[in-house]
Amino acid sequence: MEPILQVQHLTHTYGVDTPFERSAVEDMNFDIQDGEFVGIIGHTGSGKSTLIQHLNGLLKPTSGRILFSGRDIWAQPKKIRDVRFQVGLVFQYPEYQLFEETVYKDIAFGPANMGKTGAELDRCIRNAAEFVGLQPQYLDRSPFELSGGQKRRVALAGVIAMEPRVLVLDEPSAGLDPEGRESLLRNIRDYHHKTGGTVILVSHSMEEIARNVDRILVLKSAHVLMDGAPGEVFSRSEELLAAGLDVPQITRVAMALRRRGVLVSPAVYTVEELERELLALRKGGAGC
Amino acid sequence: MSTMLQTEKLEYSYPALEEGEEQTRALRGVDLTIEKGSFVVVLGHNGSGKSTLAKHFNAILLPMGGKVWVEGMDTVDETRLLDIRRRVGMVFQNPDNQIVSNVVEEDVAFAPENLGVPTEEIRRRVDDALGAVGMSEFARHAPHLLSGGQKQRIAIAGVIAMEPACIVLDEATAMLDPVGRQEVLTTARRLNREKRITIVLITHHMNEAEDADRVIVMDNGKIAMDGTPQEVFARVEEIEAIGLTVPDTVQLLYDLRRNGVDVPLSALTVDECADAVAAALK
Amino acid sequence: MLKDITLGQYFPGNTPAHRLDPRTKLLLVVLYIVGVFSAKFVISYGVMILTLIVCARISKVGARAMLRGLKPVLIIIIFTGLLNMFFTPGDPLLSFWIFHISRQGLRLAVFMVLRIMLLITGTFLLTYTTSPIRLTDGLEQLLNWMKRIHVPVHELAMMMSIALRFIPTLIEETDKIMSAQKARGADFESGNLFQRARAMLPILVPLFISAFRRADELAVAMECRCYHGGEGRTKLSPLRYAGRDYFALAAGVCLTAGVMVLGYFGF
Repeated sequence: MEPILQVQHLTHTYGVDTPFERSAVEDMNFDIQDGEFVGIIGHTGSGKSTLIQHLNGLLKPTSGRILFSGRDIWAQPKKIRDVRFQVGLVFQYPEYQLFEETVYKDIAFGPANMGKTGAELDRCIRNAAEFVGLQPQYLDRSPFELSGGQKRRVALAGVIAMEPRVLVLDEPSAGLDPEGRESLLRNIRDYHHKTGGTVILVSHSMEEIARNVDRILVLKSAHVLMDGAPGEVFSRSEELLAAGLDVPQITRVAMALRRRGVLVSPAVYTVEELERELLALRKGGAGC
Repeated sequence: MSTMLQTEKLEYSYPALEEGEEQTRALRGVDLTIEKGSFVVVLGHNGSGKSTLAKHFNAILLPMGGKVWVEGMDTVDETRLLDIRRRVGMVFQNPDNQIVSNVVEEDVAFAPENLGVPTEEIRRRVDDALGAVGMSEFARHAPHLLSGGQKQRIAIAGVIAMEPACIVLDEATAMLDPVGRQEVLTTARRLNREKRITIVLITHHMNEAEDADRVIVMDNGKIAMDGTPQEVFARVEEIEAIGLTVPDTVQLLYDLRRNGVDVPLSALTVDECADAVAAALK
Repeated sequence: MLKDITLGQYFPGNTPAHRLDPRTKLLLVVLYIVGVFSAKFVISYGVMILTLIVCARISKVGARAMLRGLKPVLIIIIFTGLLNMFFTPGDPLLSFWIFHISRQGLRLAVFMVLRIMLLITGTFLLTYTTSPIRLTDGLEQLLNWMKRIHVPVHELAMMMSIALRFIPTLIEETDKIMSAQKARGADFESGNLFQRARAMLPILVPLFISAFRRADELAVAMECRCYHGGEGRTKLSPLRYAGRDYFALAAGVCLTAGVMVLGYFGF
């Protein structure tokens, strides 16, 4: 099957011909398959934000190209808006983009820009609100009287309502408390499960990425440093740490255990996995 | 040790936004004493009252019931307002919204300028404060070009320049990336250790409580738990009932114990946890 | 795009011009403006141009940077030039169709264009060599006497410096909000004037809300740092006149007086 997104030799340089010239993304290459749940992790300044703004054509590559369903998104620059409807991008702290009088109208902004009207528009809005866990009675309220977490859900619904084939989320849980974070991520997992759409999750938190995605892209100074399943990536924890990136606390416990002669797998990254391995070890070693 | 901050039956409610709605009771009788020189972490989810509590520590909010004392000064006493604010510095969540000037050192000088400190003394304090947060080389930079963690360190320097006895970090790490968060935490710990400044760190990141002297968990406007990090995090069920999570290390130990492995719940850090598990398996 | 706008136009440096007290520079600019308006003919204009070149040299500001400063007002300059050239009556020099260029017109046009260019580049030299915060300080001090007639000089200066501080932050924020709305298919480029103005709402509403929130938070943060108005405030770097300031001011006064005299005698 053809990948939904292909990034080919993507380079983006800011401030060309000035003393501040700097490549935020340099010769990046990767494919994303339809229906994948991909995590992107990297430091501030590793090129994450620049990369994701290329996926929906907000930024234009300095060189290289992005293919959506096999077609270069910049083949017809006039149709770039269509790409934005197909690749929905939710920015960091998206609640700061709300502007309408009611939640309903705000969620409608995207799909209405697509030309949707009437019952179709209404369906999109209500579906999106349900996906992010917003009760229908909120739809008529002003978004500005909601709590921070609810505002963020409204903003997220505003992008989901466009029914994009790829949903890109930049730090969707930033600043939320543990409960808010977990329930928002549960909504995103359910969304992925129910729609079968492609989801790209950008995060600083290794724990958050580890618990949710099928595949991780690790970025470092404008390049892809690693690309693989969470187990594969975290089994290279030493490299991650050397690159100045964090690894999940549980992986660090596993590393510390290995140093103490308890031979658990280096690829564990959740509490449940490590617990299972340790219990198995105990049973295996019960004879001694 | 003497007392830095003290509250007694502290109550506070936010007024109702619209008529007919109930006012929100943010604090429902908080009794708390914070010793000088301690490093206290206040945990709680959004709406637990932790930020409301913080804002009482330097008279941004005044109690609606009960009392708050800062080094023995009643915060309701308007004549002592500047003295209170000078002793308890605040660092807030959004780094951009607390920087006043477009030159770093001018910003750090803001508080001593307000206090009428003589010029030479301001210069000394600014240089000291920037040194204390490790930002000396950025003295002449424009703050908006710095990273989030650097901006928060500038904000901390701006507070240190008042030579306070206590710094309250009101969710000051919430908007930062892991690197920035670490920068702020390391700075706070160093100030606590080297300058004996009392630190009150308000947060919802459990891991930031790891090496505090004392952890206070707020829930529903009241203090739900209070003790050393080891004591507090050992109460896994209670913490989860409040809607918070324990660090993964404690979660692992807790799950292992339920499966009959004899490990203590008090091993918070990665190394302590690995030691405990390795010992139990041997 | 938006980020490329450089406001304030301050270029850090350590030239004698940078070291001058901002009050001195403000007064010098006033003197220079008086001088430019007093200049009548070739010699006095020559003196003013020479003065500017010397000052630019001292400030180490390149010719290209100076000319770039003129770019935003280029249209005004051209328009003024053309207007004076074509609509000044006098001895005809050249005429075609309905346009007539007179000798007086040509001369007036040249002088008017020169005058505008000198005024603008002269003022730019001030902002090139003075940081906005020092400029605000200088203004506050110079206008201090107005406190007696109840003009809130300190408050105005504080507002100005906070505005300068937040311009880059708000520009960055505008950029972000624009990108976020574009990601939802907002279209800022097509449609008639009314439609375009309407299309700005999704940017302006969040921007205003955010600006108010910032103002709120900043006010609390300032209070926490013991701000209580201008009373009893001291300064990290107070303004002090030095020998060079007196020298520069004396030179400025002499020059302006000289140009006025030249003008009076018709040079």
